[in-house]
Amino acid sequence: MRSRLIYLLPLGLFGVLAVYFAVGLTRDPKIIPSALIDKPAPEFVLPPIAGGTGGGFSTADLKRGRVSVVNVFASWCVPCRAEHPQINRLAGMGIVPVYGLNYKDAPEEALAWLNALGDGYTAVGADASGRVGIDWGVYGVPETFIVDGTGRIRFKHVGPIVGDALEREILPLIRHLQGGGR
Amino acid sequence: MTAELGHFAVILALFVAAVQATLPLIGAQRGDAQWMAVARPAALLQFLLVAVAFGCLTNLYVTSDFSVVNVAANSHTDKPLLYKISGVWGNHEGSMLLWVLILALFGSAVAAFGANLPPALRARVLAIQALIAVGFYLFILLTSNPFERLIPAPANGRDLNPLLQDPGLAFHPPMLYLGYVGFSMAFSFAIAALIEGRVDAAWARWVRPWTLAAWCFLTAGIGLGSWWAYYELGWGGWWYWDPVENASFMPWLAGTALLHSATVVEKRDTLKGWTVLLAIITFSMSLLGTFLVRSGVLTSVHAFATDPARGVFILVLLIIVIGGSLALYAWRGPQLVSAGLFQPISREGGLLFNNLVMATATAAVLLGTLYPLLLDAVGGGKVSVGPPFFNAVFIPLMLPMLAVMAVGPLLHWKRGDWRAAVQRLWPAMVAALAAAAGAWALVTDGPFLGPVGLALAAWLGVGTLVELAERLRLGRENLGRSLARLARQPRAAWGMTLAHLGLAVTIAGMTGAGAWVEESIQVMAPGDTVRLAGYEFRFTVSRDGRAVVVLNPEKRVYNVSGQPTTEAGIETRLTGDLYAVVGDRGTTADGRPGFVTRLYFNPLVAWMWGGLMIMVAGGALSLTDRRHRVGAPARRGIAAQAAGAD
Repeated sequence: MRSRLIYLLPLGLFGVLAVYFAVGLTRDPKIIPSALIDKPAPEFVLPPIAGGTGGGFSTADLKRGRVSVVNVFASWCVPCRAEHPQINRLAGMGIVPVYGLNYKDAPEEALAWLNALGDGYTAVGADASGRVGIDWGVYGVPETFIVDGTGRIRFKHVGPIVGDALEREILPLIRHLQGGGR
Repeated sequence: MTAELGHFAVILALFVAAVQATLPLIGAQRGDAQWMAVARPAALLQFLLVAVAFGCLTNLYVTSDFSVVNVAANSHTDKPLLYKISGVWGNHEGSMLLWVLILALFGSAVAAFGANLPPALRARVLAIQALIAVGFYLFILLTSNPFERLIPAPANGRDLNPLLQDPGLAFHPPMLYLGYVGFSMAFSFAIAALIEGRVDAAWARWVRPWTLAAWCFLTAGIGLGSWWAYYELGWGGWWYWDPVENASFMPWLAGTALLHSATVVEKRDTLKGWTVLLAIITFSMSLLGTFLVRSGVLTSVHAFATDPARGVFILVLLIIVIGGSLALYAWRGPQLVSAGLFQPISREGGLLFNNLVMATATAAVLLGTLYPLLLDAVGGGKVSVGPPFFNAVFIPLMLPMLAVMAVGPLLHWKRGDWRAAVQRLWPAMVAALAAAAGAWALVTDGPFLGPVGLALAAWLGVGTLVELAERLRLGRENLGRSLARLARQPRAAWGMTLAHLGLAVTIAGMTGAGAWVEESIQVMAPGDTVRLAGYEFRFTVSRDGRAVVVLNPEKRVYNVSGQPTTEAGIETRLTGDLYAVVGDRGTTADGRPGFVTRLYFNPLVAWMWGGLMIMVAGGALSLTDRRHRVGAPARRGIAAQAAGAD
């Protein structure tokens, strides 16, 4: 009888593993805690997109005492195209400055993309090498950060802002922070 | 039209596979020869259909048909032809099609060359191959159809990830898949054996060449991947223990164990249950590897959340294949009675030791790879397990295995004399001590593992040669007779000698590059020099003819995605690689504009890939051995006569 149990052991071990896999499936891989939450935004100075009309932005712009939004995008990123109307809508409300971090993009393509889809950004910084993106902990585009008036990162959204994400997540937090909430 | 043709071919292949999976299995159970005979033509037809589907997808890529989602997402008109073709398998859907193509290829090989297999065994093996195929066809058709149309068609595609546009990586996935899928043969034979309740020497003789072929491809594939990471990623390293690498390493470890335990089954008629279990585990690791990489469970690409159906399908498939086969093993495994008994100190004992180490190593790598997932599942948060864990577990496991590896082949079957074996290994002992002393003298401040690693490499290398000399009775008979024996050595024996020698060379390379790498990171302006490992690196814009070598590292920006990649400048020498990477702009310490440069000296690193090539060559040579082609033990009488004659 004991020897039979040994033959059952591999099956049992795999069963345990399978349960873990099943539980793992229900977890959203997008929920990755950012080490930067509640930390000051990294120091950086980003130039504008070469050939464009707007200006770039830097850490100083995020410390002016008002809540701001930083949206990481690229013309080669398809989900960015899907979320862009929502970004423009947020910018159009005029409640927060929305900065664009143009991640690892070719200037002419980025400009063509913004021309075609509309450029609602307060300012766009070009991060051609992706260095600043790395400092921000960007691992997939698009990503959106909410930074409070003192320049601390308070929230990070991974993936496109689509559906009711803007109403449900982003706007309440912006209002909360603007109301002096901590 | 081409896309629809390909799609239709996959659907037809699914139906053919469904027939091939059922009729021969029932036929074998009832002893119905006609039903069993369905398996061979079905396997050949199935291969033909998948080949048509794969040809269609390749055609869509070559002609840049962007009305197909898959092509539009992964190709571009300006891409060189090689990368248009490699783009076919450079994405999830296409790689799944490559997977089933190779599966069908192996199945048709059994159908075409398996004439001397017992009909019932052949029917069962082909049926199980088809059963696996059915799962994959369904997966492709239901969740990952590469032939899906995109209306309206875009003017141009999104291009293949620039990192993947490299000759090394163009051939890396097919090699890896030939390895992964090759292990499906051992799996099918194992399941067939469990159904029949019988494992014998003939069975092992059939399993070994397939396993060996798969092992060769997998070794070559892993080598290519690591070489690519070394020269393309520009990180100066060659192995990172990341989940994708581990996914290919686990089947390799388990497959290596299987290779050795199958030898015991063939020669000594024992370790049967264990060998069957190893065959199941090896293929399970291959499946897990395929899916871990592709599903995004571990690499956390966004694919999973966007398509949960894919993840659920994968899990169900894994549970059916792995869970089902392990359940069958639990039920039928106890019937596989082993006949041969052996002492702990014996050739079998040595091979069993190899098996235990390899299995433990596989389990350790699996645990390290899955731990973040397991922890997350119980709500422990997201973590990652890094190289320190793997090095701490893996190296202590491998050291004793390498030490025993030189002794094992010198032991007799059944009952060995380890004292006599070790005595004969005195040249290896001398070489090991010399290597350790030499390493110690050359690099006084290096880590302790450096001399130990080189000593083990020398011990294994020279020990393998000692074993060869023993087989030739070198020095105990006159030279002429020894040379005559040399010519008569079976190719399988040469294969073992070469593979073990190759591992010794690889270990030396790993030790050198792991223990004594020297690196220096700084901002350099043109004209600046840096001294590293006795070499003077000068940063020049034009080529400097007086320098020892000119390294030309590059920073490339690809047209479409705008993603820059780093091309390292590498000069390979026997003693080590000079390796230079140019990074972003920066400012030197005294305020001049320059570039960030990273310079490395990687001692002996080329030995690692050289050793891997020797291992693959050994495996390939062993494959050409007559015994593998003859297969059945009926010819044993002739072989015994030949052995008796000398």
